[in-house]
Amino acid sequence: MAGQANRISRFNITSLALGLAFLYLPIVILVIYSFNASRLVTVWGGWSLRWYHEFFNDRAMLDAAWMSLRVAGVSATLATLLGTLAAVGLSRGERFGGRALFSGMLYSPLVMPEVISGLSLLLLFVALDAERGFWTVTIAHTTLTMCFVTVVVQSRLTSLDRSLEEAAMDLGCDPVRAFLFVTLPLIIPAIAAGWMLAFTLSLDDVVIASFTTGPGSATLPIRIYSEVRLGVKPEINAICTMVIALIAVVIVVASFASKLSSGQGESAAPL
Amino acid sequence: MSARRIFARPARFAAIAPYLWMVLFFLVPFGFVLKISLSQTAIAQPPYTPVFDLTEGLAAIKAAFGELSLDNFKLLISDNLYILSYLRSLVVAVTSTVILLAIGYPIAYGMARLPQRWQSVAMMLVIVPFWTSFLIRIYAWINILQHDGLLNKILLALHIVSTPVVWLSTDSAMYLGIVYSYLPFMILPLYATLAKMDVSLLEAASDLGAPPRQAFWLVTFPLSLPGVGAGALLCFIPIVGEFVIPDLLAGSNSMMIGQTLWLEFFTNRDWPVAAATAVALLGLLVPPLLLYDRLQRRQLEGAG
Repeated sequence: MAGQANRISRFNITSLALGLAFLYLPIVILVIYSFNASRLVTVWGGWSLRWYHEFFNDRAMLDAAWMSLRVAGVSATLATLLGTLAAVGLSRGERFGGRALFSGMLYSPLVMPEVISGLSLLLLFVALDAERGFWTVTIAHTTLTMCFVTVVVQSRLTSLDRSLEEAAMDLGCDPVRAFLFVTLPLIIPAIAAGWMLAFTLSLDDVVIASFTTGPGSATLPIRIYSEVRLGVKPEINAICTMVIALIAVVIVVASFASKLSSGQGESAAPL
Repeated sequence: MSARRIFARPARFAAIAPYLWMVLFFLVPFGFVLKISLSQTAIAQPPYTPVFDLTEGLAAIKAAFGELSLDNFKLLISDNLYILSYLRSLVVAVTSTVILLAIGYPIAYGMARLPQRWQSVAMMLVIVPFWTSFLIRIYAWINILQHDGLLNKILLALHIVSTPVVWLSTDSAMYLGIVYSYLPFMILPLYATLAKMDVSLLEAASDLGAPPRQAFWLVTFPLSLPGVGAGALLCFIPIVGEFVIPDLLAGSNSMMIGQTLWLEFFTNRDWPVAAATAVALLGLLVPPLLLYDRLQRRQLEGAG
């Protein structure tokens, strides 16, 4: 294995280190400056929690943050439910009518520009005469994020040893029970990771939310976006840092879950 | 397809709810975009003349088809603004994809050469920024690039420049933002193919006398082409329709097609033209989307 061809060169290490520095430096700088006491974003005035304090007194921002958290929670849950069902259907169902169309629809939103998805959903809501607000944004985010859930859960399902389910069915389980008692516990970590991915994607979205929300129900990214267009404000640094912290917690939990998932897979395999 | 066959197996049954959801909230909306792109602009709420009114029966539908017009598309072709923004989108997407490949390839290659244990750490480090809000990451760059931001301060302190350089609202800032945001999308597929590669092929090449550089271009690079294709398309397709990054970082003199759509919709409130812009953008993206689909399918078959 440690043949000459596989040796790491200095070039490899340098490009990797530079790449990671490029990815992380801006975020680190942002986090540091969120603790800046100075009103000027670019002048360092010592450490302070002033801008965090400012955020917690900003009614409009707090409302937007609360709206975002509710939308993300509900849409991630719906997306996980639908995405898991879709993954089960795609990887365990035999060929069914319109399967190609179904998987096509599930994969397109992963790459489709958001302006198109946003505009098309808005035109649907207008045609249905639906009142725009919490539910329209939630439905839009569910549609987009369930595709990501499907990908995550499906990859876990395809790597799972099918003989486990077959054994359960040989022992007299019907397919539904075999799924509930054998398959589901094995893919729960992937489902959890899917939920968290959906949650963070929803928390991040500006474009689709802008199209599908109504007056008076802006999400946090919409607010941040309109503030940023007007210029840099220290309060935004603090809000962004809190969002990063929240997402970091979610990632740690998700990676823990997926580690648990692969660990379980290994211990289950010798059965 | 009879109902019995669909309901025969529970797994198939599981797909029914998400299937209906996707048809209702993904497929049907495109029908509406198409319909509205063919209707007339009107000063009303909603701001377009209704095309279908199913309550009035067949005669109304016939009349409605008579009213469909290609006027919005004619406008797209005749007005320089639209043609220029299509061209700009293509130029920006191609340029960014080339830069992304040039930067992403060495990083992915470095990752694939790490010891197994460190590979998953490096992979995690690349994925984390992808999970972190892209709006926040763009905002972080605005902090650095602004007139009295960190970059200008460093350049001034090092006496590289004597007066602050204008970085914000330039094309370089936009390219920087795009490359920064899409880098994980490029690295991950590249890494996936490079990590899967059989190292013994390289050993064979060196046994046969190929110096490392030659072995790279004759063995590694050709074998990584599926990853190159997947990464390039995964970046190219969404960059064409990008809205937020050029809006925040690029100058205001020339727009990308996503921005034009946004402007028509939110500022001019011309929904039919916005819908026609979306249809045309989709038309532009169909070939790369089909290509991407084929690549994915081939990779899945290769893995399975």
